Amino acid sequence: MISFNSIAELVELAQKANCPISQIVIQWEMENNFVAEEKQRAMMLKNWQVMEESLKRGLTNYEKSVSGLTGGDAVKLYAYRQHGYTGEAVLSAAASAVGVSEVNAVMGRIVACPTAGSCGIVPAAIYAAAEKNGNNIDEIVDALFTASGIGMVVEANASIAGAYGGCQAECGTAAGMAAGALVQLAGGTPEIVGNAVALAIKNLLGLACDPVAGLVEVPCVKRNGFIAVHAMVAADMAMAGVQSVIPVDDVIDAMNRIGRSMPSSIKETAEGGLATTKTGLRLTKEIFGK
Amino acid sequence: MRGVFDIVGPVMIGPSSSHTAGAARLGLMAGKILGERVVKAEILLHGSFAQTYRGHGTDKALLGGIMGFEPEDERLRDALEIASDRGIEYSFSPVDIPEAHPNTAVLLLTGEKGRTVRVEGASIGGGNIRISQIGDFEVHLTGKYPALVVVHRDRPGVVNKITTIIARYGINIAYMKLSRKNRGQEAMMILETDDELTGEMLEDCCAVPEIIKAFAIPSIRGRE
Repeated sequence: MISFNSIAELVELAQKANCPISQIVIQWEMENNFVAEEKQRAMMLKNWQVMEESLKRGLTNYEKSVSGLTGGDAVKLYAYRQHGYTGEAVLSAAASAVGVSEVNAVMGRIVACPTAGSCGIVPAAIYAAAEKNGNNIDEIVDALFTASGIGMVVEANASIAGAYGGCQAECGTAAGMAAGALVQLAGGTPEIVGNAVALAIKNLLGLACDPVAGLVEVPCVKRNGFIAVHAMVAADMAMAGVQSVIPVDDVIDAMNRIGRSMPSSIKETAEGGLATTKTGLRLTKEIFGK
Repeated sequence: MRGVFDIVGPVMIGPSSSHTAGAARLGLMAGKILGERVVKAEILLHGSFAQTYRGHGTDKALLGGIMGFEPEDERLRDALEIASDRGIEYSFSPVDIPEAHPNTAVLLLTGEKGRTVRVEGASIGGGNIRISQIGDFEVHLTGKYPALVVVHRDRPGVVNKITTIIARYGINIAYMKLSRKNRGQEAMMILETDDELTGEMLEDCCAVPEIIKAFAIPSIRGRE
């Protein structure tokens, strides 16, 4: 019976079996939830297809959300992609992540990854990576299993819910998941995957969840764009051989302790931070009429 | 640890797993508990649900769920119009339930055959739900498993009779709760099982003399 409670254990299991982390995650799901590998792959493929649909829809979506706070920014960013400082690949990824998040805001279909609020990060980063590396669909599906394994460890040792851990728990976890997936897509070892997760999460520790009017829109939508890029940089750093001084499981432990000590006003209650700025309060009043 | 597909997944209609996907599941469960086509839905919203339901489409998700739409069904977006087209009477109003979870809804449903049911439940995060009350009875249902609900007279040996029937069909019980209004009066048994329940098994349960009514609620998760 396979079991892992930390990224270190996950990496070690993969090293011992001489396989990618994804294979360990698939085996875990088989043994714990009794889902055959073939069926798991079909389910994950379906998830990827929905991710891809939402990403493509996002890049051509002009629709505003019900509140009117978001919509149309992915299209703008995508049109600008060849003119920016950061280059086309980075801006396309940012646009894709914003787009998926905007689709979420207009009641479109998305894949929670790990949550709806952070749904743009993993698909956008993987899409950009697969385009750059020429990864095939099986490799993409595998990378999603690795991403899931990372998220499972974070959930077991910290949290993936903004209400418990702030945005570091949602977008921070998504960044770790995406960074790890990208290392695998680039052919990196399980050890490098762990390092990328550490780098990605470490630099989002303490992030507040303070959405205006309590809606999954401001700052969530644009933040998805930033963090997709953040995950790509973390994967690049790790692939370049840069190491995190604090090991990944310690980083997750820090995330847990920081999440617990954050005040509830910045944990998805809309009672602090951006939500209670002068503008945030005015917008709330306009949207809900009180 | 939960499963691989609880982290990458579920596929859902946005924008919020708790306020939209969870709300659709609450509606779905309530509809299944009613067990017939809904003609009227009176929906009471508590806490965060009452504050932000419009911005999150919680109203559409609840009503869509009641009509049988899954959390990933794109029709959720147009659920209010679809309900009107189907001649379903509906209303949303705020309610204050002391000590209830911030994302709580009370659904008062009337079916086409005149059956009515009151279901209270909460969306507890990540699209997960907990039904806490059906009619006058306190329950604890997650929808993750198929459930058997049995209303019966509070007499010695009734639990044994029901569990014997379930065992005969080779069905394993994952969770069980028994509650009653007063000693010797009406009681309710809720059983969550690992396997789907059959109509035949349900008939056997209904044939037990102390049983007033029994119904099965199919699980709402893990389906393709």
